[in-house]
Amino acid sequence: MTTISTPTIELKAYTKKELVGDQPTWCPGCGDFSILATYFKLLEKRQIPREKIISIAGIGCSSRFPYFVNAYGVHFVHGRAAAFATGVSLTRPDLHVCVFSGDGDAYSIGGNHLTHAARKNIKMTLVVMDNQVYGLTKKQTSPTSPIGFKSKTDLTGSVDHPINPMKQLIAAGATFIARSHSHMPNHVADVMDQAIGHDGFSVVEVLSECTEFFPGAFDGANPRKGGAFTLVPKEHDVTDEAGAYKLAMADFPGYFGVFLKVNRPTKNALEAGLINDAKSKIGTAVPLEMLQKSFDRFA
Amino acid sequence: MTEKTSGSTGVGGITAAPNKQTIQDVVIRFAGNSQDGIQSIGGLLARLAGRTEKDVMTYMTIPATISGGPSIFQVRLGTGDVLSAGDEVDILVAFYQHSYKDNIQTLRKGGILLYDSDNVQPDPNDKTYRTVGVPITSRTVEAIGGTAKDKGKNMFVLGLVARTFDLDMPKLEAMLQAGYGRKGEDVIRNILGAFHGGYAYDIGKLMETFEFRPQADRAGKKKVVTDGNQAIAYGAIAAGVRFGAAYPITPWTSVMEILRAELPKYGGMFVQAEDEIAAVAMACGASYAGHTALTGTSGPGLSLKSEAIGWAVMAEIPLVVVDVQRGGPATGLPTNVEQSDLNIARSGSHGDAPRIVIAPGSVEDCFYTTVEAVKLAREYSCPVILLSDQALATRVEAWDMPDLKKHVTDISPTFEPRGPNFKPYENTPDGIPHHAAPGTPMVDGKYPIVTGLEHDEYGHPASRPSNHAMMVAKRRRKLQMLSLKLPPPEMYGPPEGNVLLLGWGSSRGPICEAVDRARANGEEVSAIHLRYLLPLQAGIQEIMQSFNHILVVELNDRGVYGYGQLGGIMRAMYCDPRIRGINKTDGLPFKVREILDQLHQRLPAVNTAGMD
Repeated sequence: MTTISTPTIELKAYTKKELVGDQPTWCPGCGDFSILATYFKLLEKRQIPREKIISIAGIGCSSRFPYFVNAYGVHFVHGRAAAFATGVSLTRPDLHVCVFSGDGDAYSIGGNHLTHAARKNIKMTLVVMDNQVYGLTKKQTSPTSPIGFKSKTDLTGSVDHPINPMKQLIAAGATFIARSHSHMPNHVADVMDQAIGHDGFSVVEVLSECTEFFPGAFDGANPRKGGAFTLVPKEHDVTDEAGAYKLAMADFPGYFGVFLKVNRPTKNALEAGLINDAKSKIGTAVPLEMLQKSFDRFA
Repeated sequence: MTEKTSGSTGVGGITAAPNKQTIQDVVIRFAGNSQDGIQSIGGLLARLAGRTEKDVMTYMTIPATISGGPSIFQVRLGTGDVLSAGDEVDILVAFYQHSYKDNIQTLRKGGILLYDSDNVQPDPNDKTYRTVGVPITSRTVEAIGGTAKDKGKNMFVLGLVARTFDLDMPKLEAMLQAGYGRKGEDVIRNILGAFHGGYAYDIGKLMETFEFRPQADRAGKKKVVTDGNQAIAYGAIAAGVRFGAAYPITPWTSVMEILRAELPKYGGMFVQAEDEIAAVAMACGASYAGHTALTGTSGPGLSLKSEAIGWAVMAEIPLVVVDVQRGGPATGLPTNVEQSDLNIARSGSHGDAPRIVIAPGSVEDCFYTTVEAVKLAREYSCPVILLSDQALATRVEAWDMPDLKKHVTDISPTFEPRGPNFKPYENTPDGIPHHAAPGTPMVDGKYPIVTGLEHDEYGHPASRPSNHAMMVAKRRRKLQMLSLKLPPPEMYGPPEGNVLLLGWGSSRGPICEAVDRARANGEEVSAIHLRYLLPLQAGIQEIMQSFNHILVVELNDRGVYGYGQLGGIMRAMYCDPRIRGINKTDGLPFKVREILDQLHQRLPAVNTAGMD
């Protein structure tokens, strides 16, 4: 489990074209297209062998993502993609694990798994395409919907205080946290690239507009629509948790960029350490011998 | 105490005159407080049973009805197959007055109350049992050297028991040395002092002593002594499992504790997940990634895992789910036994979600069914649910040392390139998929998706009506193929007769013993044990045809329509009105007498063999 070698057959570099999978099912203008294009671009740049790429998703519009990437992919149950990815990441250090999720999947039904994958610092990248609405089920209130948002489950406007994903991720102990906006593809590419390069649990929260059910939600952060796309101040220390929390507290549209980037051992590395410790104690014994020893103790 | 060879039950035991008697087995209950270390007497007796050349079999239970201050355990020692914990106690060892009062009702008529005369005053008017008073506390203090501390009473009692039953002294001493030697010279000196004090006490003056009848065919076989959860944990390691994830829940937890400690030695790991759902999700992830994984739980957790188990059915991913059943529903009875998760194990996911369900019938079987569960999960690429229960989890049994060479398997993934035109879900006659673990190169550059959506042969979402029908049939067909390969059910007793008892899981022992007793009484009773609950083994119907009455014995409710969970399945399967149930829901394992009482209640006529 600690060392896995697999054969490779792709000797020449691949292009974005070869990464194209199924035709996306998203509506025209959906912000998620921009994230898919960015992902292709980054993989092409990094030339991660295709058989080592795995995209994992739960349920929702954004979570259809793996179908659109011609590499290994898993479409798991609603909200549990991070937990599934934990099983993949811990057993397969050779794989490049990316989880694609939405606000409902990651922050509502999957909230618990997000918290624990973050605190355990499981090596993976999580991209949350946050549109502040349930789109696949046609406009219900999401955990990030603003108060007053009118949906089919809140006809007179949402009354529930929304989640602030950045505050939540900081508190949970994620070691890389960034925020971006799908209308700013170069910015998305920059922070996603850093996230993929981070050794630990990295999250990119991307505001990704649902043109169908919550159009204009993020205009306030879109310079082309007269909004303000304010970058994280240059002087912000990305290892300063309290500073990151202050950035997260800013009112909408808030800041964009890397809020937090700290180094903490990953669970992957810690578990590998436990394995190495155990193995150094037992020397060269093979499984049959070790197991026989246990049974001899029961005799 | 039973004399199996004579065929009589509960009568061949203790008589008034002190002498030495040869017996088949004995049930002893030790009752004290938790600080008295009486559980360790049980552990030592169980381990002695595994080692001694007299081949004493042990069956230790920690009755779940008592917790907190008072501590008890019950051990059945004997030669031959000790099938159950024993219905009634032959000897009650009472350390305190409350131990005596709370447990005296379990002592059989004519049994022996062995009490600490320093602390216990038995009712002089109760003549239903015999009393033997030994000043356990003062003699222990004396034996250890007048420290006025009574720590070590457990060892004194162990010595008494060793003397009474002519147990193997050198081996017990060696075990005490091995077990306590590390704690320092003073400790081991006190322990051995107390132990020898008990052994030296002339118990033969007060009551008869015993020796166990040797069992020829048992001699020389190496034994191991474990509880059911240990057998599951080490079975998983033998089968090659190197990743697991779970959430602590009684009575499953000790399996994950063992695996957490052991797996790193084997290059693996066991993860404590944030919740039951995450645990099964992690196991699905590792299995998908090529390392067939195990998760485990008890009833409430199985409810939570149901959705992801359905995903593994749909995505056709191997997965082993251990359910150590307890009383339900809801939080239910966390430390009691029940066989009431059969329905959820068989069908506890939405949609048509066929999976394999198997159940061990003994502690030994916990090892073998776990090995088999892993094998089946991989062979049929689907979830396998292993239904153990609280009684098996906490019971200590001596069983034959397994031939590990036969069972230790390397199941690490391989990555030979696949394709072109690789179809993970090809609609083959046996329906079995052949997944490629991520990392496997695809020669045509087209990579597969694994999904919980209904999909085509390539794994891509496909909701066409004909496709869904085809794929549902494919997933079901795998189990039909398996059912053809399963061995016929295990038969206990002659293959024809008047009454057939049909059981599953941990009730196997009491059921078999009920058959023995009924047959000794001239009743034509046999039993079959179902190891596979989904799919069912072939040949059940043929066996049933050779009997007049079929009684399904299980630890669950008779239900709205009068049949237990397996009983209901049997009725639906075979449309046979002769199928009825013997059920109970008191949270305790079946006593042999309870099975026979219900049998006689329901079938008064079976007292006469063959008469119907």
